[in-house]
Amino acid sequence: MSEDVWNARDTTPSAIEAALRGLLAHRYQEDRAFVPARVMNLVVIVDRGFRGEVENRLGRVGRYHPSRLVIAAVDEGRTQLDAWATVAAEDTVHRPGHIAVGRERVEVDIGPKHLESLDTIVDPLLVSDLATMVWAPHGHRAGVDALRRLASIVLIDSLDEPQVGEGLERAEDLTGSAYVVDLAWLRSTPWRERVAATFDPPAMRGALGAIDKVVVRHRPDSTAAGVLFCGWLASRLGWRPAALARRGEQLTGHCRARRGEVALELHPEEMGAPGLGGVTIEMASGEAVSLDRGPGGLRAVRRARDGVQQAWTVLGASRGEAGILGEGVRQALLRDPTYKPALQAARVLVG
Amino acid sequence: MAVDALATQAGENPLVEGLERLPVPPTTLVIFGATGDLAHRKLLPALYNLAHEGALPERFKLVGVARREKGDHDFREEVRASICEHSRRDTDAEVLDGLLDHVQYIPSNFDDPEGYKALAKALDALDEEAGLPLNRDYYLSTAPEFFPIIVEQIKAAGLHRHPKVDVRCIIEKPFGTDLGSARALQAVVADAFRERQVFRIDHYLGKETVQNVMAFRFANMMFEPIWNRNYIDHIQITGAEDLGIGTRAGYYDQTGALRDLVQNHMLQLVALTCMEPPASFEADKVRDEKVKVLTAITPPDPADTVRAQYTGGTSGGEDAVGYLHEEGVPDASHTETYAALKLEVQNWRWAGVPVYLRTGKRLARKVTEIAVQLKPVPHLAFQSQGSVGVQPNQLILTVQPNEGVSLSLGAKIPGSRMRIRPVNMEFLYGSAFMSQSPEAYERLIMDAMRGDATLFTRNDEVDAQWSIIDPVLEAWRGADGDGSLPSYEAGTAGPAEADALIGPEHEWRKL
Repeated sequence: MSEDVWNARDTTPSAIEAALRGLLAHRYQEDRAFVPARVMNLVVIVDRGFRGEVENRLGRVGRYHPSRLVIAAVDEGRTQLDAWATVAAEDTVHRPGHIAVGRERVEVDIGPKHLESLDTIVDPLLVSDLATMVWAPHGHRAGVDALRRLASIVLIDSLDEPQVGEGLERAEDLTGSAYVVDLAWLRSTPWRERVAATFDPPAMRGALGAIDKVVVRHRPDSTAAGVLFCGWLASRLGWRPAALARRGEQLTGHCRARRGEVALELHPEEMGAPGLGGVTIEMASGEAVSLDRGPGGLRAVRRARDGVQQAWTVLGASRGEAGILGEGVRQALLRDPTYKPALQAARVLVG
Repeated sequence: MAVDALATQAGENPLVEGLERLPVPPTTLVIFGATGDLAHRKLLPALYNLAHEGALPERFKLVGVARREKGDHDFREEVRASICEHSRRDTDAEVLDGLLDHVQYIPSNFDDPEGYKALAKALDALDEEAGLPLNRDYYLSTAPEFFPIIVEQIKAAGLHRHPKVDVRCIIEKPFGTDLGSARALQAVVADAFRERQVFRIDHYLGKETVQNVMAFRFANMMFEPIWNRNYIDHIQITGAEDLGIGTRAGYYDQTGALRDLVQNHMLQLVALTCMEPPASFEADKVRDEKVKVLTAITPPDPADTVRAQYTGGTSGGEDAVGYLHEEGVPDASHTETYAALKLEVQNWRWAGVPVYLRTGKRLARKVTEIAVQLKPVPHLAFQSQGSVGVQPNQLILTVQPNEGVSLSLGAKIPGSRMRIRPVNMEFLYGSAFMSQSPEAYERLIMDAMRGDATLFTRNDEVDAQWSIIDPVLEAWRGADGDGSLPSYEAGTAGPAEADALIGPEHEWRKL
C-alpha cells in the first residue's frame, strides 16, 4: 500500500476538493495501473477524540471498505477547518491484466457549529454519481440531518440508542428520506435465514400458521435486535402486533394472528457478542424448533409432537462485529424491502 | 438466475422475501470420484466456503465414493487438507470440524453393484439419522468413461428415483467426446433420469463475468438497438492461455483445444452474446434461447478453421518447450493446442456477421474476452484533417483476468485541430464492486441443490454444440495423415494461418 498525502490548516472545502483532484492526477501519472474505486462515498461523523476507535472498526471491514471515505471529526470549540487527504493504492505489484485499486480518504476537523451546515462542507468532497452513505456512531443527529439531501443511505445501529423506542423511532424517521441500513437488523440476518429455511420445506409451511409462541434470547443491550426479529415475523406472517410489557428483565406480550394469539417473550442473557443468542418457535401442535449460538454455527433442536427431540448444528462462521460493519457497508447498495415493515411492527411492540 | 422461479418460491414462503440467501432443501451430496483432483481442488473447498457462509442446507451430508480403499477417518483428513490448501478463505476450525462430521466415505469400483448397495444403505441411514428423507444429489466427478457406468449402476440399484425427495445427477464436462458419444451418453442418462434431474456442468456459466454478459445485454437499453447485423461488423471471442499443458498431457492429448474449450465454454459465450432476450430468467426460457442460437450456426467449412500446435519459444521471459516435448505427449501427436474458427449465426439478427473464435495454450498472455466490433461510421468528416486514429467502436467484455467491460470511443485530441483518437470508457469489477466473487463451483453446487438449472447445459444444448464441432473434428481427423499441422511459437499470438482466417478484412485483437 502506497499513498499520497495532503494536509492544510484553516482550509476550505474547495481547497480540499482541489487537493484531492491533484492527488488523483498525480497518482494516475505515477501509476498507470491505478484505478480509483468507485463504489460509494461514506461520510462518517465522529467525536474527534474517538475517531481512532471508529477508524479501527473501518480498518477491519476488509474488502467492503468504501471507495471515498470522508471523516468529519467534531472537535469541541473548533471554529476553523483543518483537513488531511490521502489517495492510496491497494496493490502496486504490476502484472498484465491487474489493476491497482485506489481509495481516497479525507478527514476534516470541524467544530460543533459546523454540524448544521455540514452538507456545505461535505458536498464538494463527494464523488458525483456515486451513492453516499452517512454513519454517525457517536450521535451527532444535527450532522446527519444536514446531510439528508446528499445521502441516499444512512447507516445506523439501533442498539446504540439507550432507549429502544427512541432508537427505532429515529430509524423510522430516517427511512422517510433515505435507505436505512441498521446493524441491529443485520445481526439478525442468520437467524432470519435459518428460521425461513426451517419452515421452507412444503411440509413445514403449514406450521407457520400454527405458531403460538416465540421466545427470543438476546444480549441485554440488544433488545432492539430482538424486537426487530419479532417485528419481522409479525410483518411477514400478517400478525397484528401489540405493545409488550416489561416483566422483570423480560419483555412479554402478544401478537394477533389469524388463528389466535401468538405469545412473544424477549429474554436478556449474558453473551459475548451483541445481537441475538437464541430463538425458540413453538407451534400449537406441541412441535417446536429452537436455534442457539454454538461452536461452528447454530445449534438447532426440533421437538416433535410426541416430545421426541432432535439436535444438529447448522454450519456457519460468525462474522464478528467487524464483519457486521462490513456487511452494513455492502448492504448499502442492496435493498431489503422487509426492514421497514419489520421496523414499523417493532415500534408497535415497544409501545 | 431463475429470478421468476425464486420469486414464486418467495411467494409460497413469506419468510424468504428480502433474504439474500435462499433456503436449500436438506440434501445428501454424493461425490463419485471424491478422491480426484477436481474434488480436492474445487468441489470440497467450495462446500467448505458454503458451510462457512451458512449457505449449506440446514441438514447436509456428504458421501464420497471412489475406488481407493480407505476409511471415513482417512478420507476426512484428506478433505481437511484439501480445504485448508485450496479454500479461498482461511478456514474456521469449528466450521470445518462441523462439516467433516457430516462426511463419510464408501470405497468401491464404479462398476461394482455392491458399492451401490452400500451407498443405498448409507443414504437410508443418513435419512434415518436426520429424521427426514434428504434430497439425493449425485455428482459425477470421475473420468468421463465412468459416467455411463455410474448412471447405469445408480439406476440398477434403484437410486435414481425416490418417492418423497428430489434426486439429481450432476455431470461434469466433458459430456461426450463427439456427437456420437454425447448422444450415446445421453441415451444412458435419459434411461435413468428425467431431463429435469440432470445438471450438466460447464463451470464457465458459474462465473460472475459470464453471467454479466446477460445482465449487460438485457439490463441496459442503450445496447439492444445496435445489437444486430445493421450495426455490428463482427465478433471475436478469445480464450487465450499463457501456460502450456502442465501435467495434463494424458488428458489434453486426447482432447485438444477444440474439445477442451471451444465445444463448451466458447460456444456458451457465443450463445450468450447472440441469444434473443428470454421472456424471463427461468432455466428453460434462457436455455431455449441459447439452443435457438446454437442450432442457427451451421458447422464451419474446413477452410474456415485453423488448428495448430505450439513449438518451443519464450514465454514470460522463460524458455518454453514445444508441445511435442512436453512430458507425456506422444512424439507424433497431432493434437491441436490452438484452434480458430469462423462461424455464422444464420438468423435474422446475425446473418452476415462473422463470429471468430480462437483459443490456445502458450499464447502471449492469458485473456478471455468477447470483443464486439461495430461498423465504421458512414462518413468520416475528420479524415481530411489528419485524423489517423478514427477506429470503429469496440465493446469488450472481459471474462478474465481483468474482469470488466470497456467501450472504445473516438475522442478529440486536445489541440487546435480536429484530430481524433480512440479512448476507452471502462467498467472494472475490481473497482466498482466490493464483493469478492464466489468461486463458480460454489454457485453451481448451490444452484444444483436448489434445483435451479439456469446455469447448467441442457441436453439439446450439448447436442447443438457437438453438431457444430463434430464436422470440424472429422475434417481435421481426415487431414491428420498429410502431416500439415501448422505451428506457432510459444509466447506468441498464434499461427499465421489464423491471421489469414480473419483477414484481410479483419484482424485479431492484440492479446
